[in-house]
Amino acid sequence: MVGTAAHDELMGELAGMLALLNKGGVVITRATDFNADLNVDSVAVMDFVLEVEDTYDITIPINLLSEVTTVGDFADVVARARANN
Amino acid sequence: MDLFDKFKPIAEAYAGLRASGADPFKVAFDRIVSPTVGMIGNSEVVLAGTNNYLGLTFDPNVIAAAQKGAAEFGAGTTGSRIANGTYGPHKLLEEELAAHFGLDQAIVFTTGYQANLAVVAGLAGPQDVVFIDADCHASIYDACKLSGAQIVRFAHNDPASLDRRLSRLDRDASNKMVITEGLYSMFGDVAPLAEFIEVKNRHNAYLVVDEAHSFGVFGPNGLGLAEAEGVLADCDILVGTFSKSLAGIGGFAASSLPQFDLLRVAARAYMFTASSSAASIEATRAALREIKAQPELRDKIWANAKRLHAGLAGAGFKLCASPSPVIGVDMGDPGKAAAFWNALLAEGVYVNLAIPPGTPNSTSLLRCSVSAAHTPDQIDFIVDCFTAVATRFAASDAAE
Ligand SMILES: Cc1ncc(COP(=O)(O)O)c(C=O)c1O
Repeated sequence: MVGTAAHDELMGELAGMLALLNKGGVVITRATDFNADLNVDSVAVMDFVLEVEDTYDITIPINLLSEVTTVGDFADVVARARANN
Repeated sequence: MDLFDKFKPIAEAYAGLRASGADPFKVAFDRIVSPTVGMIGNSEVVLAGTNNYLGLTFDPNVIAAAQKGAAEFGAGTTGSRIANGTYGPHKLLEEELAAHFGLDQAIVFTTGYQANLAVVAGLAGPQDVVFIDADCHASIYDACKLSGAQIVRFAHNDPASLDRRLSRLDRDASNKMVITEGLYSMFGDVAPLAEFIEVKNRHNAYLVVDEAHSFGVFGPNGLGLAEAEGVLADCDILVGTFSKSLAGIGGFAASSLPQFDLLRVAARAYMFTASSSAASIEATRAALREIKAQPELRDKIWANAKRLHAGLAGAGFKLCASPSPVIGVDMGDPGKAAAFWNALLAEGVYVNLAIPPGTPNSTSLLRCSVSAAHTPDQIDFIVDCFTAVATRFAASDAAE
């Protein structure tokens, strides 16, 4: 998945949706850490999930977030949910 | 590597809080004088941060009942209700609660926290999906985690957000459980229950409503928000606590689902913990009688809630919701909230400090809770103290 055009497009879209949370204007990459780099707490990540679910019409159970620390981890969760749709 | 390393951010934030004055998480009341007044050392403080909504903790009938419970059953308790037996008062309280709600069954738990663990983790399992309102209490989040169910979170008080999430899983064969609260404990806003019920019925889901903060306060008989909205019969399970309006310690769940009683042998939070003491259960039984006998308590708490809300709004404070017994005052940032909290305590008013992480929308707020036992003068005193502190802070801001 990583390296494909679809993945790059998804990363771009997620970066766009993250703009509001990204107060420091960090360049978003797969390695961007929600907590350490974006200073976003777990509640704010869950709020972000709400927006992503509605954007792609997918279900992202919050159980899956325990494995998510970076935007790349999250992109993988989103990609899997979209593939299962 | 240290076990406590992971708490570094919390430890730093906490140290910062303590540096600004009293420790908001270790306030000790050396004496409680009345439902609305406590002593910290020799200083009297007006309590506007308890959940003693109806002020029944010092009701003579409630105290007498607690004493009778202790005298007749002793201090302490049996242990687990399934392993060590149940005391009579617990059974009677269950019958009285069920009758009060007009539902077939009620089960009493040791705390409200455990009531949620039992209902949610007891009933939902890995094959099921639980839909929770984003602002649900920590006990509900914990219960979801413990259940092993898929947890889908919907936007706070947003039936359309729930509807979309249920729709996405309509083809899924899993059982679906939706959880909301009645009155929310931080902002004091209420769930649009009728709309949630329309949605959950359409998707064939179960609805659990946690009325922890609304029981005793809402509805013609004080049964909670579901009663007030006329939708009690459409809620599958109601959860509540004794630690707020009911002047005790414990929790309950009430339902007419035919197999509800199975929870007693399926829910670990019921099975593997000691029951509440008879003193506490008898206090709650008496409080329930007082709620029925004194409907004027609800008039008083609402009059007080409106008075405090109007006073604070009139003084220019930004409030989180319309009037209710929970009034959240938005302070803008955690530092200001902590400093304001300290200054209020020094003036003689105790409220709750709620700062991120974990508050809705990362708000930093002072949470006031109103009691039917507050006098109008006490409400005015609370408003005056808020105003005096704000004036002082504004003057020192201007001087900087
Ligand atoms: C919504 C809600 N549910 C459950 C609880 C837990 O109740 P208890 O304190 O009795 O454990 C609380 C508060 O404490 C609450 O606010």
